[in-house]
Amino acid sequence: MSTAETRDGGGGALRAWLGDWRQNIIYIGFVVIFVIFAVTLNDRGFLNPNNLLNIIRQTAMIAVMAIAMTFVLSAGEIDLSVGAVAGLASVTVALSIAAAGPVAGVLAGLATGLAVGVFNGWLTTRIGIPSFLTTLAMMGIAKGVAMWVSDTAAVPILHQGYAWVFGGGAVGRIPVLLFWMLVLGVIGHFTLKRTSFGRRVLATGGGETAARFSGINTKSMKFRVLVLSSLAASLAGMLYAGRLQSGRFQLGEGDELSVIAAAVLGGTSLFGGKGTVIGTIVGALMIGLINNGLILMGLEFSQQLIARGGIIILAVALSQKR
Amino acid sequence: MPGSSDIAVRMTGISKRFGGVRALQGVDLEVRAGEVHALLGGNGAGKSTILKILNGVHVPDEGTIEVGGKPLTSHSPEASRAAGIAMNYQEMSLIPTLTVAQNIFLTREAKTAAGFIDDRTAVTRACEHFDMLEVSVDPRRLVGDLGAGQKQLTEIVKAISQDAKVLILDEPSTALAVSDVERLFVFLRKLVQRGVAVIYVSHRMDEIARIADRATILRDGQNVITADIADLPIDTMIEHIVGRRSLGLADVERGDASRGEALLQLDGLSGVHKPNDVTLTVHAGEVVGLAGLLGSGRSALARVIAGLEPAVAGTIRVHGKAAQIRSPHDAIDAGIALVPEARATEGIIPDHSVETNMTLAVLDRISPFGVTDRAAARRITDEKIKTLAIKTGGRDLAVSTLSGGNQQKVVIGKWLATDPDILILDEPTAGIDIGSKSEIIRLVRDLARQGKAVLMISSELSELLTACDTIAIMADGRLHEVHPREHFDDPALAGTDLGHRLQAAEQQLQNRIQGALAAGEENQHVDS
Repeated sequence: MSTAETRDGGGGALRAWLGDWRQNIIYIGFVVIFVIFAVTLNDRGFLNPNNLLNIIRQTAMIAVMAIAMTFVLSAGEIDLSVGAVAGLASVTVALSIAAAGPVAGVLAGLATGLAVGVFNGWLTTRIGIPSFLTTLAMMGIAKGVAMWVSDTAAVPILHQGYAWVFGGGAVGRIPVLLFWMLVLGVIGHFTLKRTSFGRRVLATGGGETAARFSGINTKSMKFRVLVLSSLAASLAGMLYAGRLQSGRFQLGEGDELSVIAAAVLGGTSLFGGKGTVIGTIVGALMIGLINNGLILMGLEFSQQLIARGGIIILAVALSQKR
Repeated sequence: MPGSSDIAVRMTGISKRFGGVRALQGVDLEVRAGEVHALLGGNGAGKSTILKILNGVHVPDEGTIEVGGKPLTSHSPEASRAAGIAMNYQEMSLIPTLTVAQNIFLTREAKTAAGFIDDRTAVTRACEHFDMLEVSVDPRRLVGDLGAGQKQLTEIVKAISQDAKVLILDEPSTALAVSDVERLFVFLRKLVQRGVAVIYVSHRMDEIARIADRATILRDGQNVITADIADLPIDTMIEHIVGRRSLGLADVERGDASRGEALLQLDGLSGVHKPNDVTLTVHAGEVVGLAGLLGSGRSALARVIAGLEPAVAGTIRVHGKAAQIRSPHDAIDAGIALVPEARATEGIIPDHSVETNMTLAVLDRISPFGVTDRAAARRITDEKIKTLAIKTGGRDLAVSTLSGGNQQKVVIGKWLATDPDILILDEPTAGIDIGSKSEIIRLVRDLARQGKAVLMISSELSELLTACDTIAIMADGRLHEVHPREHFDDPALAGTDLGHRLQAAEQQLQNRIQGALAAGEENQHVDS
């Protein structure tokens, strides 16, 4: 909430914002890391526009999924199946485009997300299986189905229009992926902060009993955020497919951890009730930034993993209230 | 404007069971539009159950509900809200991670022209409500950062801002100073003039007499009487609330535990907010009861003694020696054990076995080199099962499979295993059936006979009068009066049957609690 109030008064607001630095560590951290890389890696082309746009291209899918994950975490749930669902959607999209054209492909991709989301939501809210387990199981199921229907082979996408819109295209030098990220980010931000749906989601995660007593159908809220998350995952899968002009079950593999890390880095609580879409996007960008910088530094993959883990732990630790 | 005979709420033949406990049996409640209707009854009388049914939190087993002449067919908070019913819960409907204003208007958010939530308007409107009551709560603060009183005020404003046809206020005055209560009453008067029906729950009889038009009194889940307030002087009200006690409690022998050494001595003990300057002595072989209403500081006192909350002033002496109690561990070492109020969350681990629960507080003692001696654990458990007569299929069963009374015995057993000299029991019989209640009370007497010092908190006055040798009355964090149990007996009634005498004593105690409350408020007035 602090960000909304800081606009009220000039210098006092800035001081309040800085006084609240733990809340805003992600923004401070982002700037600090950016400056460090800009100085130390300048000679290796860090500030080269192409490199910066590459960071966007590599981050967009994570960001798209993380925007929806912000809603899931805010409602006090979790979705571990997003990476696998993205892979599955990339395959169903590619197969459907080959069989019936791009419109059918897009519909098939979204239908994949919808089906998984409804199933996740149904198991979680009606049968009562915690979303952690529901989506952990779904992670395996989605990957298995993707491997099965694609025969574990990459399915090529030959339709250029689809590939342009979903991830491959650029307007001038600006990649289409940036537009996807920004548009969904703005919609996500306003939905969470300024609509009654968003407020109900935050209330559900902030205190489920209290929310129910206030007349909120908390099960319906949880159902909806899980559907939203799978839909976003299927969209991310479609973007992967468009960018690489093929659907493969490996796409999105392991993304769930980056997605959750992006949201938590951004200031969204794993325990529900607190979430910020802007923070999440910056969190996703920061992960992309770190990956990029470590590669430019010439670190080996093993060293990258260790450094990335250390930086994430440091950032989250700093954001904790004592 | 609706006439006074319009019925706003008609609940007929409402019954509700929770497990084996009958909370309500065929209760009727009829509230007219344009009246303040008091709902009265002791603890466990069924007030909150019937209100929660009206508000859709509980589903009745039997009975019908009509709101504004229309039957209420589905039972959910949404359905009741749609029917025009609003209620303040005791802090339970607030989301800690949202601000005060966001909580107040949750699900009814003000919108901008574009359809987005307008939090500024919410803040302004919340301010208007708080200003009207002339209390100061910052609508921009997170509810999680507020104190209990401010949370309750937020609850009240959340309820009254709903523009409801039926407004239920459950103990609204516990968070308010006397002058604020006055302003709330002025507001309620305005509401009823507009035809709103107000259901008002309070333990403060003087308030009821001033604000209510009619009252319905419940006892043990059944209707006692519905009457105009004019026909119910405070004495009569209390008589109806207390009623004729079943002999279940009255025939518990108090016995003659001889008072021994002063085991626990509190001198000027104060916590952060409550308790405030409490001086009290509990002797070996003595049961001291703490009487008072919700928020009077009884539980806070217990928690300070048991090291769960810090003491900011005063001393605690055990066996005459000053004890430094900074943590529950210190308290256990000093021989103090607290059987907490919230059994399910603070007393037991429901899914763990009787044995695991029973030995939890003595794990260190039976685990030489960190390895738990299972034989010792079983011995302790079996011994407690036997001495406390715990009904369980075996020590390996999950505690959740036991009845409420037996669960409570497990908690008591767990603390007795630490071999305490001083035992503090906070509402030991809450939520358990009447038969088990008298068993617990007998157990308390037994413990005193064995030479333990017992401090017992209970909101059931008949229980205090049955169990205790001394009764201390608390209000507003302070200890107001300390009386030997005999002071509550009416000499004129000597020789009549026990139930009758207990009833009279209960009225006497109830009157004194109300008196302490009034005295406390006068002090408050002088202070401010």
